Amino acid sequence: MRHAPLAFLLIAALAAFTSAARAQPLVADLSSHLIAITTGFTGTELVLFGAVEQPGDIVVVVRGPEGPVTVRRKERLLGLWANGSSITFTGVPSFYHVATSRPLDDIARRDQLARQRIGVDQLSFGTIGSVSDTARAIFQAALLREKQAAGLFPIQPGRVLFVGRQLFRTNVTLPPDLPTGAYQVSVYLFRNGQVTGAQTTPLLVSQSGVSADIQDFADRRSLLYGFVAVALAVVAGWLGSFLFRRV
Amino acid sequence: MQVYLPVAEVSVNALAILLLGSVVGFLSGLFGVGGGFLMTPLLIFLGVPPAIAVGTQANQLVGASVSGVIGHWRRNAVDFKMGTVLLGGGLVGSAIGVYLFGLLRALGQIDFVISLLYVVLLGAVGGLMLAESLPALLRQRRPGAVRRKLHQHSWIHGLPLKLRFHKSRLYISALVPFAIGLLGGGVVAIMGVGGGFFMVPAMIYLLGMPTSLVPGTSLFQIIFVTAAVTILHAWTNGTVDLLLALLLLVGGVLGAQLGTRFVGRLRGEQIRALLAILVLAVSIKLLVDLVLTPDDLYSLAVPSRT
Repeated sequence: MRHAPLAFLLIAALAAFTSAARAQPLVADLSSHLIAITTGFTGTELVLFGAVEQPGDIVVVVRGPEGPVTVRRKERLLGLWANGSSITFTGVPSFYHVATSRPLDDIARRDQLARQRIGVDQLSFGTIGSVSDTARAIFQAALLREKQAAGLFPIQPGRVLFVGRQLFRTNVTLPPDLPTGAYQVSVYLFRNGQVTGAQTTPLLVSQSGVSADIQDFADRRSLLYGFVAVALAVVAGWLGSFLFRRV
Repeated sequence: MQVYLPVAEVSVNALAILLLGSVVGFLSGLFGVGGGFLMTPLLIFLGVPPAIAVGTQANQLVGASVSGVIGHWRRNAVDFKMGTVLLGGGLVGSAIGVYLFGLLRALGQIDFVISLLYVVLLGAVGGLMLAESLPALLRQRRPGAVRRKLHQHSWIHGLPLKLRFHKSRLYISALVPFAIGLLGGGVVAIMGVGGGFFMVPAMIYLLGMPTSLVPGTSLFQIIFVTAAVTILHAWTNGTVDLLLALLLLVGGVLGAQLGTRFVGRLRGEQIRALLAILVLAVSIKLLVDLVLTPDDLYSLAVPSRT
């Protein structure tokens, strides 16, 4: 809850300016648009706050960058378990979190949610190559299960809290193994089961400091990085035997 | 204390890694083996992706072998000529190994192959060591027991390209150490171990090298082979994590020094029997994991960039 005082301050400022911006049905912002992953990163909490012109239901969706993911199933091979059949899904968000002001099923009908791709069960992915519907369903369920187990598709939806009738806020908990990349945070305003306002804000998750430097080096100058890694190991090994000989 | 590994992109407990490094370092100082066979499975257990565990482990072994070889060098117990021939094979083997590693990773079979190789190689070596050391442990040491011939003559001595290795007092075909090095290099690249557990017996029994020269010579060539493997893995597979390697090295160097001091308190057969049991235990654990139905049949992977 480190961000709480800051968030309330911002909400107060926002309250003042919402009266001026009456035309907007929905305004929202994040406590930070950049999450820096340093070597000491152990997860963090992000505050999203905003205001609506008229009361309604708020749904917040945090989506990580999309990419392909291969799901593999282990099969018995001469009595041993080895990876067998696999399906590669495309357009899988690396992180997916939903927060709502009321249970999702009370807010809107499923087809409405599906249209906006809100809710883990509403996600649809492409596949590489042709895949039978049954296999696809089984593997997609496994994909969601694995993502949930890794804490990247939190099962428990977050709570969007209203402060009075117009101001709202929600805390998004981000895990230590948060994938890096360009995220999108979408805020939807529902009234009577229909989307009446939406806003999307970017969120950048990237490594920073020493950690980013190492990663960048390993990525861009991989051959040189290999040599440096070896040199460091030689120095460490030599230093170790040198130090202990003197003791 | 959690620390975020920049290349692995996972957060691990730094103290657990340091502790693991020192325990494995202690064992390697005690037994004179690299300890990679313990390190790789334990790193995977701590949440490090298998490919990163293997690549980084090779990097850590460079430091560990430098630390180890200095002692042997001071005692003049390194046959550099033999080491160089072994190394030639090792470099070719490691290039092949790194290529196979990338291929198997793309096919999604790398974890299976690593486990299977561990089971087969560790099981065989552990079993042989136990079979050899247990009788020696049970019967008391009898001085003047049957003296073996220096080395047996076999088909190996009929091979061409014979070279004279003065230090080891051998006159054998260079193809034999080259082939041993080749297999050793492949093992380093795919399993993330130094290959000492396989090189040392091969050098004693196949080459017939004097036992006193074997550990130093083996370590000497392991330095260069693991260095080559580190560079190749970093370059082609991007699986070397500098931060993880440094944590393991710090722990490993400390542990190895303690282990070396502890050696004098145990007899040779006892050390070998303990090592055999440890090696067998690891291979049995991995075999059980391969045979038992896993809790979760599914796994996720990001398809390789190629």
